[in-house]
Formats: sequence, structure tokens, C-alpha cells
Amino acid sequence: MVEVLIAITALLAGMAFLMALGRFIKGPSTFDRVIAFDVLTVVSITFIVLSALIEERGIYLDIALVYALLSFLGVIAIARYLEGRF
Amino acid sequence: MNELLMPAITLLFSVVMIGAAFVSILVKQVSIAMLAAGLVSLLASVLFLFFAAPDVAMTEAAIGSGLTTFLFFFVLGRVRGDQRD
Amino acid sequence: MTPFFDFFGGLLLVAGASFLFLGGLGILRMPDLFNRIQAGAKTTTLGSILILAGAAFLHPEWGFKLLLIGLFLLFTNPLSSQVLARAAHRVGIEKTSKTTVDMLAKDLGDKP
Repeated sequence: MVEVLIAITALLAGMAFLMALGRFIKGPSTFDRVIAFDVLTVVSITFIVLSALIEERGIYLDIALVYALLSFLGVIAIARYLEGRF
Repeated sequence: MNELLMPAITLLFSVVMIGAAFVSILVKQVSIAMLAAGLVSLLASVLFLFFAAPDVAMTEAAIGSGLTTFLFFFVLGRVRGDQRD
Repeated sequence: MTPFFDFFGGLLLVAGASFLFLGGLGILRMPDLFNRIQAGAKTTTLGSILILAGAAFLHPEWGFKLLLIGLFLLFTNPLSSQVLARAAHRVGIEKTSKTTVDMLAKDLGDKP
């Protein structure tokens, strides 16, 4: 039962990944690509948690912790670069 | 079912990673190329994790996806003060 | 007790993934950069926190680490989206024609 629910979760997250990737390809400005990159990071955190659930190894969550800490740093650097305030 | 799930996600991430690498070397604008390189690094980290190497994945996440993107945009903003795209 | 917890955790996982799906749909279909930032930031924050809660129901011994990840996401995700939206507003990305109110431009004293 739980395996079926995990598979449905992975399917929905994969479709979210594909749609954010479409915005990354299509986006008219660089800001669209940055927000698509942010969504791709959060979906990747979701995939890391799902792989930790499937493999049943708690050590995998440390990488999700690193991403949750460091993902905003790159986005803030890109925003300040595009704003022209470095 | 779940033993088919992880190879499917791995295949999706690998194909997207190759595409992002081609985008990163073919596109004209520097900011889009750097974003695509960050995407390559992100997917490489998740793939390292799927191939059961959490330490390599953590190093790639910290250095490749976090620090390199930050450092590249920081230096680019400092160096080229007049023209932006 | 434990099968009920497993089923409830799985339902939380599916709910969080459907929020992620709606976020992806919004980021693909919204007409404007600011609407896309809105759709991309809020739904992914709620969806990822629901998925972390579902994983905590499935494996209660990972609870502290999952709580820490959720706390960091709750702090950093709105911060990055707000900084990005402010930078886009300063650069002057065009809004969609259905925009009726712009509080930040009114605060800055620019054109309405």
C-alpha cells in the first residue's frame, strides 16, 4: 500500500519536474529561469527524501539538509547580480 | 513496482543532465549558461545519491551547486560593472 | 497503530506531491513573472513540508532531521523568492495587463 503511494508521489513530483523544466527552457527572461531553478531544487529535495524512504537509509537526508541550507544562497547571488548591486 | 521506479527517475535525470550540459555550452548569454551549469551540478549530486554515494553527493551539493554558482555570479557582478544581460 | 500511521504518512506524501504538481502547473501556465514567482514559491514550500511530514510519519526515528530540513525550507524559500521578486520589480519586468494594484511602486513613489 505504502509502495503504491510512494510511486504516485514520485510520478506527480516527476511531472512537476518536467513542467518546471519546460519553464526553464521557454522562459523569456533570466528571472523565469531562476525561479524554475528554485522549483527544480525543491523537487530534487523531494526526490532525495523519496530515495531515502525507498532505500530506507537515514543518512541520505543529510544531502537534503545541505540543499535546504545552501539553495537560497545561489538565488540571492543571482538576484543581486541581475539587480546590479554587487 | 518500486524496483522499476528508481531506474526511471535515474534515466530522466541523466537525460535532463545531458541536455542541460549542451545548453550550458551552446547558449550565448552568460547567466543562462551558469544557471544550466548549476542545474548539471544539482542533477549530478542527486545521481551520486541514487548510486549510493552520499559523501560524494554531499560534497557536490555544497561545492558544485551552492558555492560555484554563488562565486561565479559574485565575480561576474564585480568584474563587469557596465553591461548586463 | 503502525499500519494506520503508514497509510496516513503515504496520504501526506501524495498530498504534498499534488501541491508540487500544482506548483509546476502554475509555473508553466501563469501569464506573468510575478504570478509565476507566487505560484512557484508558496506551493513548493507547502508541498515539501507536507512530504517531510509524511516521511516523518513513515519513519519516526528520522523526525529530528526532517524537522530541521522543514525549518530551513520554511526560512529560506520565502526569503529567496522575495529577494527575486524585488529584484525583478527594480529591473522593471513588465507586468500583465490584468494587474490592478502595485503596492511596492506606490511605496517607492514611482508611477502607479
